[in-house]
Amino acid sequence: MIRIEPRQTQSRAFTLGVPILSAVIALAFAAIPLLAAGANPIAAYAEMYRGVFGSVFAFSEVLTRATPLIFTGLAAALAFRAKLWNIGAEGQLYLGAMAAVAIGSGVLDVSGILLLPLIVVLGAAAGAAGMVAPTYLKTRFGADEVVTTLLLNFIILIFVQMMLEGPLQDPMSLGWPQSAPVLEQGMLPPLLERMRVHSGLILALILAGMAQFMLARSVWGFRLRAVGENAAAARHAGINVKRSLYGVAILSGGLAGLAGVSEVAGLKGYLTADLSPGFGYTGIVVAMLAGLSPVGVVIAALFIASVFVGADSMSRAMGVSSFLADLVVSMSLLCVLVGGFVARYRIVRASTARAAS
Amino acid sequence: MMDILNILLSESFWAASLRIATPLIFGVLGALICERAGVLNLGIEGIFVVGAMCGWMAVWLGAGLWGGVLVAALAGAFFGLLHAILTVPLGLSQHVSGLGITLFATSVSYYTYRTALPNVSSPPRIEPFQPLDLPILSDLPFLGSVLFQQTALTWLALLLVAVVWYVMNRTALGVAIQAVGDNPDSVDAQGLSVYALRMGAVAVGSALMALGGAFLTMSAFDAFFFGMVNGRGWVCIALVIFASWRPGKALLGALLFGAFDALQVRLQTEIGALVPGQVFLMAPYILSIIALVIAARSADYPRALLTPWFKGQR
Repeated sequence: MIRIEPRQTQSRAFTLGVPILSAVIALAFAAIPLLAAGANPIAAYAEMYRGVFGSVFAFSEVLTRATPLIFTGLAAALAFRAKLWNIGAEGQLYLGAMAAVAIGSGVLDVSGILLLPLIVVLGAAAGAAGMVAPTYLKTRFGADEVVTTLLLNFIILIFVQMMLEGPLQDPMSLGWPQSAPVLEQGMLPPLLERMRVHSGLILALILAGMAQFMLARSVWGFRLRAVGENAAAARHAGINVKRSLYGVAILSGGLAGLAGVSEVAGLKGYLTADLSPGFGYTGIVVAMLAGLSPVGVVIAALFIASVFVGADSMSRAMGVSSFLADLVVSMSLLCVLVGGFVARYRIVRASTARAAS
Repeated sequence: MMDILNILLSESFWAASLRIATPLIFGVLGALICERAGVLNLGIEGIFVVGAMCGWMAVWLGAGLWGGVLVAALAGAFFGLLHAILTVPLGLSQHVSGLGITLFATSVSYYTYRTALPNVSSPPRIEPFQPLDLPILSDLPFLGSVLFQQTALTWLALLLVAVVWYVMNRTALGVAIQAVGDNPDSVDAQGLSVYALRMGAVAVGSALMALGGAFLTMSAFDAFFFGMVNGRGWVCIALVIFASWRPGKALLGALLFGAFDALQVRLQTEIGALVPGQVFLMAPYILSIIALVIAARSADYPRALLTPWFKGQR
């Protein structure tokens, strides 16, 4: 007879080791689909490594790819801490991106230096607005936010297509569903010459640092964690649960909106309906790998971005489908889940457990 | 107004409603079985993709149509079992595990499809299920063309509504599954295995979800496309709440949804010039949210939904 019981102590080694081991195991598992595709796994891993660390440009691409993932990873991490299941970062990202091109392409007559801050603030506000609606439906009607945020992703993406064929369409695009470009003064400046990595990364890092500090040290962070751990107890202790939920919803949606702002105003320069290859959903994996810690999000985003960039270049060199990256990402989520279990519980034989107690 | 009336009275409208509802009937029944046993299965969206891909690929590789259906169901059960292992004996977050299963199942399907068919420009087609043309019945006015021109998979979906209702309400197994979702301790006290009941329910429910996906590639269409499931799984998760976890109401919900969807396609041709086409595309998702909001307050959730249960711990 075996039994599962919680570990008495939670060691720090587990907290750090589990995500790293999960990532390694997920990468190792990738050998199976690689073999199935008839590729030599060793050669494939070498190709992936070269794709990530092979040159300064290669690594700058990882940083570029990690930038939106830090934003969406933070969005998921903060919301999940409060057990607010925001699965809608994908949609909120597009809301932020739409706001960025709507303002940034010269609709508003804003003097040069003010344009960029305005884009950032209104882009975040648009993303936040996208999370306020599900939070209202949750607190007012009890409608599960998992379902509403998931469905809103589809609604918002269709809305984006509608806008790109309507009011937001670039008159110069010859009928292509694409927005007008963001003005020069509205763009996030690049960080390195001839590379795509841009100052959206700096913004993401600053916000990760702030989130880390607020979660660990501020009263707000304490309330948020209390609501997440036990909403009923938090309410009993005099915490306004509804207000805390709205607060974290606005922050989470705003961060996801910034992912869209950063992609449009930092990288692409204009909006199309295929701006995000699922950054919102991948953000959930990033947050879970990070153990919902904001600093961890930065590291996890770098790992996931490396997988994508490495798999892309491996795919070009060896002809293996780049869906391999999505496989590794999803497997690392499942591995870290199981790892979290191993860290929290141990399996004991019932007889020995009785003897010990 | 006359136009709408004409649409509502037409046979093709009701036939289309039933066709659109079919994958949702499978999906809602599957979600219902999982949730009745106390396990939320957000893997549904990915399991739809797996069912669509595996069913289609089995037929494409030479299996018969029913062989394809069987392969789809087994593949769905496999991913369901994975979710069940993570959430039942290990008691991990049902939300996160489910999303993980959706990401995993989707990427396995896409990777397999791309690896098997590296350079195809247009997806290869199979010979899909044909409408069941029954001699005399199909010639009945109205009902004949609505009911008897559906494919065998639609009939299977309707049959499963009855089967699931019967098992849930009239058999000891159904009572045990419902009890394990409401009060697992009581089931354990009777000497039944909470783990086995929950895991079995999730595996079977997931097999049904995969059939919903298989319907898409083997009956509604004749090929597999990326992104073809397009949120149908999530719609089912909303509909099962609307249906208060009852098979009959699940059928009703799916049919209502199908009818609205069929109506919007027809209205689009009538008044399409006035409104951008995308408004109609949004309608199904907005409808699902409205259905959820209406049902949420009074929803009688299985009491132990989302709550892990460990043997020997109270």
